[in-house]
Amino acid sequence: MEKTFNLPQSLVDIPTHYCPGCGHGVAHRLICEVVDELGIRDKIIGVAPIGCAVIAYKYWDFDCCEAAHGRALAVAVGIKRCRPEAIVFTYQGDGDLAAIGCAETIHAANRGENLTTIFINNTVYGMTGGQMAPTTLLNQKTATTPGGRKAKFEGYPLKISELLAPLPGVAYIERVSTDSPQKIIAAKKAIKQAFVNQQQEKGFSLVEILSPCPTYLGMKPPDAAKWISEVLSKEFPLGRIK
Amino acid sequence: MKNEKLNKILITGNEAIAEGAIQAGCRFFAGYPITPQNEIPAYMSKRMPEVGGVFIQSESELAAISMVMGAAATGERAITTSSSPGISLKQEGISYIAGAELPAVIVNIMRAGPGLGNIWPAQSDYFQATKGGGHGDYHNIVLAPSSVQECFDLTLSAFDLADKYRNPVMILGDGMLGQMMEPIQTKGHRPHTKGPRSKNQKPWAVTGCAGRAPNLVASFRMAEGEMEKHNIHLKNKYDEIEEKEQRFEVFYTDEAEIIIVAYGTMARIAKGAVKNLRAKNKKIGLIRPITLWPFPKKAFAQSPRPNTQYLVVEMSNGQMVEDVQLAVGGRCPVEFYGRTGGGIPSEEEITKIIYGKDV
Ligand SMILES: Cc1ncc(C[n+]2csc(CCOP(=O)(O)OP(=O)(O)O)c2C)c(N)n1
Repeated sequence: MEKTFNLPQSLVDIPTHYCPGCGHGVAHRLICEVVDELGIRDKIIGVAPIGCAVIAYKYWDFDCCEAAHGRALAVAVGIKRCRPEAIVFTYQGDGDLAAIGCAETIHAANRGENLTTIFINNTVYGMTGGQMAPTTLLNQKTATTPGGRKAKFEGYPLKISELLAPLPGVAYIERVSTDSPQKIIAAKKAIKQAFVNQQQEKGFSLVEILSPCPTYLGMKPPDAAKWISEVLSKEFPLGRIK
Repeated sequence: MKNEKLNKILITGNEAIAEGAIQAGCRFFAGYPITPQNEIPAYMSKRMPEVGGVFIQSESELAAISMVMGAAATGERAITTSSSPGISLKQEGISYIAGAELPAVIVNIMRAGPGLGNIWPAQSDYFQATKGGGHGDYHNIVLAPSSVQECFDLTLSAFDLADKYRNPVMILGDGMLGQMMEPIQTKGHRPHTKGPRSKNQKPWAVTGCAGRAPNLVASFRMAEGEMEKHNIHLKNKYDEIEEKEQRFEVFYTDEAEIIIVAYGTMARIAKGAVKNLRAKNKKIGLIRPITLWPFPKKAFAQSPRPNTQYLVVEMSNGQMVEDVQLAVGGRCPVEFYGRTGGGIPSEEEITKIIYGKDV
């Protein structure tokens, strides 16, 4: 029988450090499948964030560079401007991209930097123990919103993708999810588009992935996936934003 | 500046640093405007495109230092410039660059602080520059030019040292040096090449892994013992730098009863005072540290006489004085005189402090 589901060449064959049901591993794999399919492993450079995916480079079998918390896009800009022939992407959580790195995100997008950003929206700060993120839903309980997020004190969930979309430098933004096999297939398509755009020098492309964090949602993995599809996707609607 | 054969040019200290960077083959600049160093980004915005390099006015100093980190990670020679408050913002990035062992040049044209302070010249970031500045167990190499010529020359050295040791190098000047115009000689320095010059020269750089195993540029070391191992490796590197790279100038120290210790703009003024006083047969000299880290301890290994007195003069409340005390090791008295907040000790002031009156 022919084996049709193989480990991508760009993905290292070791167990990850992620919790059961975490979305980071799925997103890593999708990136690697796309890298293989586009045949860009030898010219891709990944910029890893500070967050749960800090050691994503252990799983990605291509050149990678670290960035300080929130500065992934600035590092990526330095790399890409010096090596325009390389394919450069950042991989960032909601704290990294939408809170501490908000300025870098907006300005890289506004300059139309020819980069690809994979944005993992899990609504919490996973790495530091499940604190509130800019994307935390109203009334969602986190380590720092024990009574649930209140608009009066913590403001509203920040929709960074919608915020970026009107900028002329932005070529493409799509919000996807990994809560079901069909949606994972759609997510991969979006990721591929974001890399193809860079090959075609279209400017800034971002894919926002709604990604489960069962540990800090306090849910079993299937329930976390269900929560994404039934609750989170209502606040953060899936689909092409630009 | 267009004419490459032109070898004597009239230029400000800030522009000399910028042109030095270009001639050192630096092809990446990122920075955020701040006085008194604005001539550098202005110059770079014109000059970088001429040589096929990259100029970015970043959204902040946080972004600028990280852009430099990215550029340096590809093997390119990269620079960012700022002044005191902006350099404070860059500290996290400098620490990452030190931890990841990337070569990069950072210029601090100091102004007075703390806080917003003012834009007058000062030397009050000495501690920040020489003792690490950001978090973690690391050192910058710190060079202190005291003339426009040296702004140019030391920028060339800065890039060479950064590459040689894979370490951040800081050029520490002040507003007066940055703004001052002097003729400088650029002849004999390496002519620039167009476009990125370091392609494939640095085997550790991230450039895409074609034909080799993937490279990783990172400071993170989580596995037990790995961080300690790395920091010991850094310490060994710093020890080597301390041994090999101390630079200083001695001026009239023979038989000196009094030796002034000053760097940068302050050393220039002190030199004037020493010259005048020697003309009046006063036994006075000057030690001018050129590397602030490594501090030139060797210059103090032997004092001209057992009772030589050292006078450290700074445009601060006294920061380098601690390094001089350590270098002298209690063998001779070390006194301090300084002005702060933009005040600059004059030749007359220095003379009066030493001799109690005009000489
Ligand atoms: C300057 C700085 N501030 C804070 C931290 C601590 N920290 C590390 S990761 C993180 C948040 C990560 O959350 P997110 O970006 O959403 O990624 P996730 O871990 O959820 O994947 C924080 C606050 C840090 N490393 N550096």
